[in-house]
Amino acid sequence: MSLLTTPLDALHRELGARMVPFAGYEMPVQYPAGIIREHEHTREQAGLFDVSHMGQVVIEGPGTAALLERLVPADVQGLAANGQTYALLTNEEGGVRDDLIITRWSEERFFLVVNAACKAEDLAYLEASLAGQKLTVLDDRALLALQGPAARAVLSALAPDLARMPFLRGRETEIEGATCYVTCSGYTGEDGFELSVPAASAEAVARRLLAAPSVAPAGLGARDSLRLEAGLCLYGHELDAETNVVDAGLYWSVGKARRPGGEREGGFPGANAVFHRKAEGPAQRRVGLRVEGRRPVRDGQPLFANSGEEVGVITSACYGPSAGGPIAMGYVAAAYSDNATPLEAEARGKRLPVTVAPMPFIPQRYYRG
Amino acid sequence: MSQAPEELSYARSHEWARLEEDGTVTVGISDHAQDALGDVVFVELPEDGAELAAGDEAGVVESVKAASDIYAPIGGTVIATNGALEETPETVNADPYNDGWFFRLKPTDTAELEQLLDAAAYRQHCSEDS
Repeated sequence: MSLLTTPLDALHRELGARMVPFAGYEMPVQYPAGIIREHEHTREQAGLFDVSHMGQVVIEGPGTAALLERLVPADVQGLAANGQTYALLTNEEGGVRDDLIITRWSEERFFLVVNAACKAEDLAYLEASLAGQKLTVLDDRALLALQGPAARAVLSALAPDLARMPFLRGRETEIEGATCYVTCSGYTGEDGFELSVPAASAEAVARRLLAAPSVAPAGLGARDSLRLEAGLCLYGHELDAETNVVDAGLYWSVGKARRPGGEREGGFPGANAVFHRKAEGPAQRRVGLRVEGRRPVRDGQPLFANSGEEVGVITSACYGPSAGGPIAMGYVAAAYSDNATPLEAEARGKRLPVTVAPMPFIPQRYYRG
Repeated sequence: MSQAPEELSYARSHEWARLEEDGTVTVGISDHAQDALGDVVFVELPEDGAELAAGDEAGVVESVKAASDIYAPIGGTVIATNGALEETPETVNADPYNDGWFFRLKPTDTAELEQLLDAAAYRQHCSEDS
């Protein structure tokens, strides 16, 4: 199967990107600056990411909010216009089909951004589950993420109406003559924006953003180390069909109105499994891990208690440039999930001391207005 | 394009070997290898005194995204290792043929160097590799 390309493909190549196959797309994993420098630049100034491989979907029609709540535990009906929420497509066992961002464009119009790797399955599921609603895949739009402490000043210079837009809000605006939908969100722990841009204008918008001295291109490699430092989950690593929402530490994403005793209690797939797990307490928990020394650990490696008992597994790992050393996320038995619990990872036949650590690994710097 | 100095010998597994004036052989990884790995964050070196045969595992180099074994390009006894890489593994990226060296061997048989690729053959190997 041939790989798809994003509307920024030519620009990536011009910038000297190393392209790799990812979720059916050719994507830039890094530019000549390298993953660590791109990561640091995003924390210090601003990084521009092409995330056009992600699925952009609009669902509209009478009663869409209530129908979406039959698929996700988030408080969709409670979203204000241009409000945004993190959401999970749960399954009947309380596991996760995908995680996504839902933005309420208007009363009966919702904009969903789903993971690239889950896109085809999500669309089939949404079409089957929301048969009466109009579903439109925005495959004629690019998605750019501008992330970092300088992002707001750079973007506001082009679209002054974004200057004070807080975290998890969105609005339609003009950039380089193109009508874009911009949300204050991201995957780095920094203040920043995601821009849904018509494909034909994507390169012009990207070039305009890159023209700012504080903006540098950043690839998927930096995106992964930034999100791991920010303590954010990656579907297929921390989240999958078998992992309960509560074990993943994502019960916060169950809207208050959707919880036991709430006005719209349950009603999403696996609600009983999630509430039951919440009441009894999880057998395993998602935790952050700091690695002693410099040797990195890798996802899939087992974790051991000092007794020698295998108590967990690493699900994501990287060198954290801003954390100042190797870090990881993983699942461990609840009894070993307290902060500062000493564990050992097994990396290439060697046991490495690791310690359960609070997440995020770096302070989040979202702009809340 | 990555560099491959003429005076070095190269293994297909992307280590270089340099015969020094005192008869010892210095080993590192090529510019092509460091570029393919990306930012190096950790290097494991062999023990001083280790006896290695050509092709033996001699260490590990880990980048942000991947771990890669390092092999001895020729046989010999390890007589020195570049301890500075423990604190500054990024030197492997910055200067792979000089300050980024990995270890030095007292070779069992310097004739083994002739089994390695010369710079032109190595560049050809890299272009086929990518």
